[in-house]
Amino acid sequence: MENKKLTIAVTGLNNIDSPGPGVPVIRALKKSGMDIKIIGLAYENLEPGIYMPGLVDKSYLMPFPSTGSEAFLERLAYVHEKENLDIVIPNFDSELFLFIKFNDKLKQMGIHTFLPTLEQFEERHKDNLPEYASNYNITVPESKPLVNIKELENLPKPLSYPYYIKGKFYEAFKVSNLAQSQYYFNKLSAKWGLPVVVQQAIQGTEVNVIALGDGEGNTVSAVPMRKQYITDKGKAWGGITISDERLLEITHDIIKKTKWRGALELEMIKTDDGEYYLIEINPRIPAWVYLAVGAGQNLPEMLCKLALGEKVEPVTAYKTGKMFIRYSWDLIGDISDFEKIIVFGEL
Amino acid sequence: MSKLNALAISDNGFIFKPSTGESFITNEIGLFIIQLLKSGKKADEIIQEIIQDFEVDNLTAGKDLYEFLDFLKKENMTD
Repeated sequence: MENKKLTIAVTGLNNIDSPGPGVPVIRALKKSGMDIKIIGLAYENLEPGIYMPGLVDKSYLMPFPSTGSEAFLERLAYVHEKENLDIVIPNFDSELFLFIKFNDKLKQMGIHTFLPTLEQFEERHKDNLPEYASNYNITVPESKPLVNIKELENLPKPLSYPYYIKGKFYEAFKVSNLAQSQYYFNKLSAKWGLPVVVQQAIQGTEVNVIALGDGEGNTVSAVPMRKQYITDKGKAWGGITISDERLLEITHDIIKKTKWRGALELEMIKTDDGEYYLIEINPRIPAWVYLAVGAGQNLPEMLCKLALGEKVEPVTAYKTGKMFIRYSWDLIGDISDFEKIIVFGEL
Repeated sequence: MSKLNALAISDNGFIFKPSTGESFITNEIGLFIIQLLKSGKKADEIIQEIIQDFEVDNLTAGKDLYEFLDFLKKENMTD
Protein backbone atom coordinates (compact mmCIF):
# COMPACT_ATOMS: atom_id res chain seq x y z
CA MET A 1 0.00 0.00 0.00
CA GLU A 2 2.90 2.33 0.79
CA ASN A 3 4.27 1.93 -2.73
CA LYS A 4 1.20 2.93 -4.68
CA LYS A 5 -0.46 6.31 -4.76
CA LEU A 6 -4.06 5.76 -3.72
CA THR A 7 -6.92 7.71 -5.16
CA ILE A 8 -9.60 8.06 -2.53
CA ALA A 9 -13.02 9.60 -3.12
CA VAL A 10 -14.76 11.13 -0.12
CA THR A 11 -18.30 12.48 0.26
CA GLY A 12 -19.72 14.72 2.98
CA LEU A 13 -17.83 17.91 2.18
CA ASN A 14 -20.59 20.03 3.75
CA ASN A 15 -18.62 21.51 6.62
CA ILE A 16 -21.58 23.55 7.80
CA ASP A 17 -23.42 23.95 11.11
CA SER A 18 -24.52 20.32 10.87
CA PRO A 19 -21.25 19.13 9.41
CA GLY A 20 -20.64 16.13 7.22
CA PRO A 21 -17.61 14.00 8.07
CA GLY A 22 -15.84 14.46 4.72
CA VAL A 23 -13.46 17.29 5.64
CA PRO A 24 -12.18 15.68 8.87
CA VAL A 25 -11.89 12.32 7.09
CA ILE A 26 -9.67 13.96 4.47
CA ARG A 27 -7.62 15.68 7.15
CA ALA A 28 -7.13 12.28 8.81
CA LEU A 29 -6.05 10.66 5.54
CA LYS A 30 -3.59 13.46 4.85
CA LYS A 31 -2.16 13.14 8.35
CA SER A 32 -1.67 9.39 7.90
CA GLY A 33 1.33 9.87 5.64
CA MET A 34 -0.20 7.64 2.94
CA ASP A 35 0.56 8.71 -0.63
CA ILE A 36 -2.92 9.80 -1.70
CA LYS A 37 -4.94 11.78 -4.17
CA ILE A 38 -8.25 13.02 -2.78
CA ILE A 39 -11.35 13.28 -4.92
CA GLY A 40 -14.23 15.19 -3.37
CA LEU A 41 -17.74 14.06 -4.25
CA ALA A 42 -20.27 16.80 -3.52
CA TYR A 43 -24.04 16.98 -3.81
CA GLU A 44 -24.37 20.74 -3.54
CA ASN A 45 -22.37 23.38 -5.33
CA LEU A 46 -21.65 25.33 -2.13
CA GLU A 47 -20.27 22.52 -0.02
CA PRO A 48 -17.29 24.25 1.64
CA GLY A 49 -14.93 21.27 1.16
CA ILE A 50 -14.92 21.90 -2.59
CA TYR A 51 -13.34 25.31 -2.07
CA MET A 52 -11.04 24.75 0.92
CA PRO A 53 -7.45 25.33 -0.24
CA GLY A 54 -5.29 22.21 -0.30
CA LEU A 55 -8.06 19.87 0.79
CA VAL A 56 -9.19 18.01 -2.32
CA ASP A 57 -7.24 17.47 -5.52
CA LYS A 58 -10.42 17.52 -7.59
CA SER A 59 -14.16 17.74 -6.90
CA TYR A 60 -17.14 16.35 -8.78
CA LEU A 61 -20.80 17.09 -8.29
CA MET A 62 -22.92 13.99 -7.81
CA PRO A 63 -26.65 13.55 -8.37
CA PHE A 64 -28.62 13.15 -5.16
CA PRO A 65 -29.10 9.46 -4.24
CA SER A 66 -32.85 10.10 -4.35
CA THR A 67 -32.63 10.68 -8.13
CA GLY A 68 -32.09 6.94 -8.53
CA SER A 69 -29.32 4.41 -8.64
CA GLU A 70 -28.81 4.56 -12.40
CA ALA A 71 -27.86 8.25 -12.53
CA PHE A 72 -25.80 7.85 -9.40
CA LEU A 73 -23.79 4.89 -10.71
CA GLU A 74 -23.38 6.49 -14.10
CA ARG A 75 -21.83 9.57 -12.54
CA LEU A 76 -19.60 7.49 -10.27
CA ALA A 77 -18.44 5.48 -13.30
CA TYR A 78 -17.60 8.77 -15.05
CA VAL A 79 -15.54 9.95 -12.06
CA HIS A 80 -13.84 6.54 -11.93
CA GLU A 81 -13.00 6.70 -15.61
CA LYS A 82 -11.37 10.09 -15.07
CA GLU A 83 -9.66 9.41 -11.78
CA ASN A 84 -9.25 5.64 -11.46
CA LEU A 85 -10.57 5.48 -7.91
CA ASP A 86 -9.12 2.93 -5.49
CA ILE A 87 -11.39 3.61 -2.52
CA VAL A 88 -14.65 5.45 -1.84
CA ILE A 89 -15.55 6.60 1.66
CA PRO A 90 -19.24 7.57 1.71
CA ASN A 91 -20.17 9.68 4.72
CA PHE A 92 -23.90 10.34 4.43
CA ASP A 93 -26.57 8.09 5.89
CA SER A 94 -28.78 8.83 2.91
CA GLU A 95 -26.27 7.55 0.33
CA LEU A 96 -25.05 4.50 2.24
CA PHE A 97 -27.84 2.26 1.01
CA LEU A 98 -26.74 2.76 -2.60
CA PHE A 99 -23.07 2.20 -1.87
CA ILE A 100 -23.86 -0.94 0.11
CA LYS A 101 -26.33 -2.27 -2.44
CA PHE A 102 -23.89 -1.81 -5.30
CA ASN A 103 -20.81 -2.85 -3.34
CA ASP A 104 -20.12 -5.82 -5.65
CA LYS A 105 -20.54 -3.73 -8.75
CA LEU A 106 -18.11 -1.14 -7.38
CA LYS A 107 -15.66 -3.91 -6.59
CA GLN A 108 -15.88 -5.17 -10.16
CA MET A 109 -15.04 -1.66 -11.27
CA GLY A 110 -11.99 -1.76 -9.00
CA ILE A 111 -13.44 0.59 -6.36
CA HIS A 112 -13.02 -0.62 -2.78
CA THR A 113 -15.25 0.25 0.17
CA PHE A 114 -15.46 -0.97 3.73
CA LEU A 115 -19.11 -0.71 4.69
CA PRO A 116 -21.61 -2.60 6.81
CA THR A 117 -23.60 -5.35 5.16
CA LEU A 118 -27.12 -4.48 4.04
CA GLU A 119 -28.48 -6.54 6.94
CA GLN A 120 -26.31 -4.69 9.48
CA PHE A 121 -27.30 -1.37 7.94
CA GLU A 122 -31.04 -2.08 7.97
CA GLU A 123 -31.11 -3.75 11.36
CA ARG A 124 -29.90 -0.70 13.33
CA HIS A 125 -32.38 1.80 11.85
CA LYS A 126 -33.94 4.19 14.36
CA ASP A 127 -37.37 2.68 13.83
CA ASN A 128 -35.98 -0.77 14.62
CA LEU A 129 -33.97 0.13 17.73
CA PRO A 130 -36.16 -1.67 20.32
CA GLU A 131 -35.88 -4.97 18.44
CA TYR A 132 -32.16 -4.38 17.92
CA ALA A 133 -31.74 -3.77 21.64
CA SER A 134 -33.59 -6.94 22.51
CA ASN A 135 -31.52 -9.02 20.05
CA TYR A 136 -28.21 -7.76 21.39
CA ASN A 137 -29.09 -7.13 25.03
CA ILE A 138 -28.65 -3.36 24.97
CA THR A 139 -30.65 -0.83 26.99
CA VAL A 140 -32.48 1.73 24.86
CA PRO A 141 -35.04 4.42 25.72
CA GLU A 142 -38.66 3.58 25.00
CA SER A 143 -39.40 4.46 21.40
CA LYS A 144 -41.99 4.04 18.69
CA PRO A 145 -41.90 4.60 14.93
CA LEU A 146 -44.93 6.51 13.67
CA VAL A 147 -46.37 6.71 10.17
CA ASN A 148 -49.45 8.76 11.04
CA ILE A 149 -49.62 12.07 12.91
CA LYS A 150 -52.77 10.88 14.72
CA GLU A 151 -50.65 8.35 16.63
CA LEU A 152 -49.05 11.23 18.56
CA GLU A 153 -52.31 11.73 20.45
CA ASN A 154 -52.25 8.25 21.87
CA LEU A 155 -48.69 7.12 22.43
CA PRO A 156 -48.26 3.84 24.29
CA LYS A 157 -47.10 4.04 27.89
CA PRO A 158 -44.54 4.62 29.31
CA LEU A 159 -43.76 7.19 26.59
CA SER A 160 -44.34 10.63 28.06
CA TYR A 161 -43.17 14.22 27.71
CA PRO A 162 -40.50 15.31 27.24
CA TYR A 163 -39.53 13.06 24.37
CA TYR A 164 -37.52 13.37 21.19
CA ILE A 165 -39.11 13.29 17.81
CA LYS A 166 -36.63 12.14 15.17
CA GLY A 167 -36.36 12.20 11.40
CA LYS A 168 -35.72 8.98 9.51
CA PHE A 169 -32.15 9.94 8.63
CA TYR A 170 -31.31 13.15 10.48
CA GLU A 171 -32.54 15.68 13.02
CA ALA A 172 -34.19 15.33 16.39
CA PHE A 173 -36.24 17.77 18.45
CA LYS A 174 -37.13 17.62 22.12
CA VAL A 175 -40.83 18.27 22.62
CA SER A 176 -42.93 18.93 25.70
CA ASN A 177 -46.47 19.01 24.35
CA LEU A 178 -48.71 17.77 21.55
CA ALA A 179 -48.60 21.00 19.52
CA GLN A 180 -44.80 20.89 19.38
CA SER A 181 -44.73 17.21 18.47
CA GLN A 182 -47.29 17.68 15.67
CA TYR A 183 -45.31 20.61 14.28
CA TYR A 184 -42.07 18.62 14.18
CA PHE A 185 -43.81 15.49 12.89
CA ASN A 186 -44.90 17.44 9.82
CA LYS A 187 -41.54 19.11 9.41
CA LEU A 188 -39.53 15.87 9.73
CA SER A 189 -41.81 13.70 7.61
CA ALA A 190 -41.78 16.30 4.82
CA LYS A 191 -37.99 16.45 4.87
CA TRP A 192 -36.92 12.86 5.53
CA GLY A 193 -40.01 10.77 4.87
CA LEU A 194 -41.67 8.23 7.13
CA PRO A 195 -41.50 6.83 9.70
CA VAL A 196 -40.87 9.53 12.24
CA VAL A 197 -39.57 8.10 15.50
CA VAL A 198 -40.63 9.14 18.98
CA GLN A 199 -38.03 8.36 21.63
CA GLN A 200 -38.29 8.95 25.38
CA ALA A 201 -35.87 11.66 26.61
CA ILE A 202 -33.40 10.31 29.15
CA GLN A 203 -31.82 12.61 31.72
CA GLY A 204 -28.05 12.32 31.64
CA THR A 205 -24.83 13.09 29.85
CA GLU A 206 -24.44 12.44 26.15
CA VAL A 207 -21.44 10.27 25.42
CA ASN A 208 -20.44 8.94 22.01
CA VAL A 209 -18.04 6.34 20.70
CA ILE A 210 -16.43 6.22 17.29
CA ALA A 211 -15.40 2.70 16.36
CA LEU A 212 -14.31 0.47 13.51
CA GLY A 213 -15.25 -3.19 13.19
CA ASP A 214 -13.35 -5.57 10.94
CA GLY A 215 -16.43 -7.59 9.99
CA GLU A 216 -15.25 -10.61 11.95
CA GLY A 217 -16.30 -9.39 15.37
CA ASN A 218 -13.11 -7.50 16.26
CA THR A 219 -13.04 -3.86 17.25
CA VAL A 220 -10.08 -2.41 15.40
CA SER A 221 -10.45 1.08 16.83
CA ALA A 222 -12.66 2.76 19.45
CA VAL A 223 -12.51 6.18 21.09
CA PRO A 224 -15.17 7.50 23.50
CA MET A 225 -16.02 11.18 23.77
CA ARG A 226 -18.24 13.39 25.88
CA LYS A 227 -19.99 16.24 24.12
CA GLN A 228 -19.07 19.51 25.78
CA TYR A 229 -20.94 21.93 23.58
CA ILE A 230 -24.06 20.95 21.68
CA THR A 231 -25.63 23.11 18.98
CA ASP A 232 -29.35 23.70 18.60
CA LYS A 233 -29.23 20.95 15.97
CA GLY A 234 -27.88 18.54 18.56
CA LYS A 235 -24.43 18.45 16.98
CA ALA A 236 -21.24 18.38 19.00
CA TRP A 237 -19.42 21.69 18.61
CA GLY A 238 -16.90 20.72 21.24
CA GLY A 239 -15.97 17.42 22.84
CA ILE A 240 -13.36 15.68 24.94
CA THR A 241 -12.02 12.12 24.94
CA ILE A 242 -12.82 10.20 28.10
CA SER A 243 -11.75 7.00 29.78
CA ASP A 244 -14.96 5.03 30.13
CA GLU A 245 -14.40 1.29 30.36
CA ARG A 246 -18.08 0.38 30.46
CA LEU A 247 -18.77 2.38 27.32
CA LEU A 248 -15.93 0.61 25.53
CA GLU A 249 -17.19 -2.76 26.79
CA ILE A 250 -20.62 -2.03 25.30
CA THR A 251 -18.97 -1.01 22.02
CA HIS A 252 -16.84 -4.15 21.81
CA ASP A 253 -19.85 -6.26 22.67
CA ILE A 254 -22.05 -4.76 19.93
CA ILE A 255 -19.30 -5.12 17.32
CA LYS A 256 -18.60 -8.69 18.43
CA LYS A 257 -22.23 -9.78 18.41
CA THR A 258 -23.14 -8.08 15.15
CA LYS A 259 -19.76 -8.73 13.44
CA TRP A 260 -19.98 -5.09 12.44
CA ARG A 261 -18.10 -4.21 9.28
CA GLY A 262 -16.92 -0.65 8.86
CA ALA A 263 -17.07 2.52 10.92
CA LEU A 264 -19.86 3.39 13.30
CA GLU A 265 -20.83 5.89 15.95
CA LEU A 266 -22.73 4.91 19.06
CA GLU A 267 -24.71 7.74 20.61
CA MET A 268 -25.48 7.02 24.24
CA ILE A 269 -26.83 8.70 27.36
CA LYS A 270 -25.13 7.97 30.66
CA THR A 271 -27.45 8.61 33.58
CA ASP A 272 -26.37 9.85 37.00
CA ASP A 273 -26.86 6.25 38.21
CA GLY A 274 -24.30 5.02 35.71
CA GLU A 275 -26.83 3.39 33.36
CA TYR A 276 -26.14 3.57 29.62
CA TYR A 277 -28.93 4.03 27.09
CA LEU A 278 -28.22 3.61 23.40
CA ILE A 279 -30.07 6.31 21.51
CA GLU A 280 -28.70 5.81 18.02
CA ILE A 281 -26.20 3.89 15.90
CA ASN A 282 -24.80 5.81 12.96
CA PRO A 283 -23.40 3.34 10.42
CA ARG A 284 -20.55 5.56 9.27
CA ILE A 285 -17.71 7.79 10.40
CA PRO A 286 -19.01 10.71 12.51
CA ALA A 287 -18.02 14.34 11.89
CA TRP A 288 -15.90 14.42 15.06
CA VAL A 289 -13.54 11.72 13.71
CA TYR A 290 -10.56 14.07 13.79
CA LEU A 291 -10.70 14.04 17.60
CA ALA A 292 -9.98 10.29 17.49
CA VAL A 293 -7.02 11.01 15.21
CA GLY A 294 -5.80 13.66 17.65
CA ALA A 295 -6.16 11.16 20.48
CA GLY A 296 -4.03 8.60 18.66
CA GLN A 297 -6.32 6.46 16.49
CA ASN A 298 -6.44 7.24 12.77
CA LEU A 299 -9.64 5.44 11.98
CA PRO A 300 -9.97 6.55 8.32
CA GLU A 301 -6.46 5.25 7.60
CA MET A 302 -7.34 1.88 9.17
CA LEU A 303 -10.59 1.81 7.22
CA CYS A 304 -8.69 2.29 3.94
CA LYS A 305 -6.37 -0.59 4.78
CA LEU A 306 -9.31 -2.85 5.56
CA ALA A 307 -10.99 -1.77 2.31
CA LEU A 308 -7.93 -2.93 0.42
CA GLY A 309 -8.03 -6.29 2.19
CA GLU A 310 -5.08 -5.65 4.45
CA LYS A 311 -4.87 -7.03 7.96
CA VAL A 312 -5.19 -4.30 10.58
CA GLU A 313 -4.11 -4.92 14.16
CA PRO A 314 -6.58 -3.53 16.72
CA VAL A 315 -5.51 -0.32 18.44
CA THR A 316 -6.71 0.25 21.98
CA ALA A 317 -4.52 3.10 23.27
CA TYR A 318 -5.68 6.69 23.01
CA LYS A 319 -5.13 9.87 24.99
CA THR A 320 -7.87 11.05 27.32
CA GLY A 321 -8.45 14.77 27.78
CA LYS A 322 -7.98 15.56 24.09
CA MET A 323 -10.50 18.17 23.01
CA PHE A 324 -11.95 19.47 19.81
CA ILE A 325 -13.63 22.81 19.34
CA ARG A 326 -15.26 23.58 16.00
CA TYR A 327 -15.13 27.01 14.47
CA SER A 328 -16.51 28.70 11.43
CA TRP A 329 -14.23 30.45 8.97
CA ASP A 330 -15.10 32.61 6.01
CA LEU A 331 -13.39 31.35 2.88
CA ILE A 332 -12.92 33.83 0.08
CA GLY A 333 -13.54 32.18 -3.25
CA ASP A 334 -13.69 33.35 -6.81
CA ILE A 335 -16.74 33.32 -9.02
CA SER A 336 -14.74 31.40 -11.66
CA ASP A 337 -14.51 28.38 -9.31
CA PHE A 338 -18.22 28.54 -8.64
CA GLU A 339 -18.80 28.78 -12.37
CA LYS A 340 -16.79 25.60 -13.03
CA ILE A 341 -18.85 23.65 -10.50
CA ILE A 342 -22.13 25.01 -11.84
CA VAL A 343 -21.35 24.62 -15.54
CA PHE A 344 -19.12 21.54 -15.67
CA GLY A 345 -19.95 19.85 -12.35
CA GLU A 346 -16.29 19.57 -11.47
CA LEU A 347 -13.49 21.71 -10.10
CA MET B 1 -6.38 2.83 40.74
CA SER B 2 -8.45 4.83 43.23
CA LYS B 3 -10.86 7.43 41.89
CA LEU B 4 -8.74 10.17 43.43
CA ASN B 5 -5.57 8.91 41.77
CA ALA B 6 -7.35 8.68 38.41
CA LEU B 7 -7.90 12.44 38.43
CA ALA B 8 -5.56 14.68 36.48
CA ILE B 9 -4.80 17.64 38.74
CA SER B 10 -2.65 20.60 37.78
CA ASP B 11 -0.73 22.87 40.14
CA ASN B 12 -3.22 25.61 39.27
CA GLY B 13 -6.05 23.67 40.88
CA PHE B 14 -7.58 22.47 37.60
CA ILE B 15 -9.07 18.99 38.01
CA PHE B 16 -9.88 16.78 35.00
CA LYS B 17 -11.97 13.67 35.56
CA PRO B 18 -11.06 11.32 32.68
CA SER B 19 -13.97 8.93 33.27
CA THR B 20 -16.58 11.57 32.45
CA GLY B 21 -14.68 14.40 30.75
CA GLU B 22 -15.78 16.85 33.44
CA SER B 23 -13.43 19.50 34.75
CA PHE B 24 -13.42 21.53 37.97
CA ILE B 25 -11.39 24.29 39.54
CA THR B 26 -10.43 24.21 43.16
CA ASN B 27 -8.67 26.75 45.32
CA GLU B 28 -5.39 26.49 47.17
CA ILE B 29 -6.88 24.73 50.16
CA GLY B 30 -8.75 22.21 47.98
CA LEU B 31 -5.54 21.38 46.19
CA PHE B 32 -3.77 21.05 49.54
CA ILE B 33 -6.46 18.65 50.80
CA ILE B 34 -6.33 16.50 47.65
CA GLN B 35 -2.57 16.16 47.93
CA LEU B 36 -2.86 15.07 51.55
CA LEU B 37 -5.67 12.62 50.76
CA LYS B 38 -3.58 11.12 47.97
CA SER B 39 -0.67 10.68 50.36
CA GLY B 40 -2.96 8.69 52.64
CA LYS B 41 -3.44 11.18 55.50
CA LYS B 42 -6.42 10.78 57.81
CA ALA B 43 -8.97 13.55 58.49
CA ASP B 44 -7.46 14.55 61.85
CA GLU B 45 -3.99 14.82 60.35
CA ILE B 46 -5.29 16.89 57.43
CA ILE B 47 -7.07 19.29 59.82
CA GLN B 48 -3.82 19.77 61.76
CA GLU B 49 -1.90 20.50 58.57
CA ILE B 50 -4.55 23.00 57.43
CA ILE B 51 -4.34 24.78 60.82
CA GLN B 52 -0.55 25.01 60.48
CA ASP B 53 -0.32 26.05 56.83
CA PHE B 54 -3.30 28.38 56.59
CA GLU B 55 -3.25 29.77 60.14
CA VAL B 56 -6.92 29.06 60.84
CA ASP B 57 -8.63 27.63 63.92
CA ASN B 58 -9.71 24.02 64.36
CA LEU B 59 -13.37 24.74 63.54
CA THR B 60 -12.59 26.50 60.27
CA ALA B 61 -10.12 23.81 59.19
CA GLY B 62 -12.66 21.07 59.92
CA LYS B 63 -15.38 22.93 58.05
CA ASP B 64 -13.09 23.40 55.03
CA LEU B 65 -12.11 19.74 55.00
CA TYR B 66 -15.59 18.24 55.35
CA GLU B 67 -17.14 20.62 52.85
CA PHE B 68 -14.48 19.66 50.35
CA LEU B 69 -14.91 15.95 51.10
CA ASP B 70 -18.65 16.36 50.48
CA PHE B 71 -17.89 17.98 47.14
CA LEU B 72 -15.53 15.14 46.14
CA LYS B 73 -18.14 12.57 47.16
CA LYS B 74 -20.95 14.36 45.35
CA GLU B 75 -18.90 14.47 42.16
CA ASN B 76 -17.97 10.80 42.58
CA MET B 77 -14.28 11.56 42.81
CA THR B 78 -13.59 9.45 45.93
CA ASP B 79 -14.09 5.73 46.53
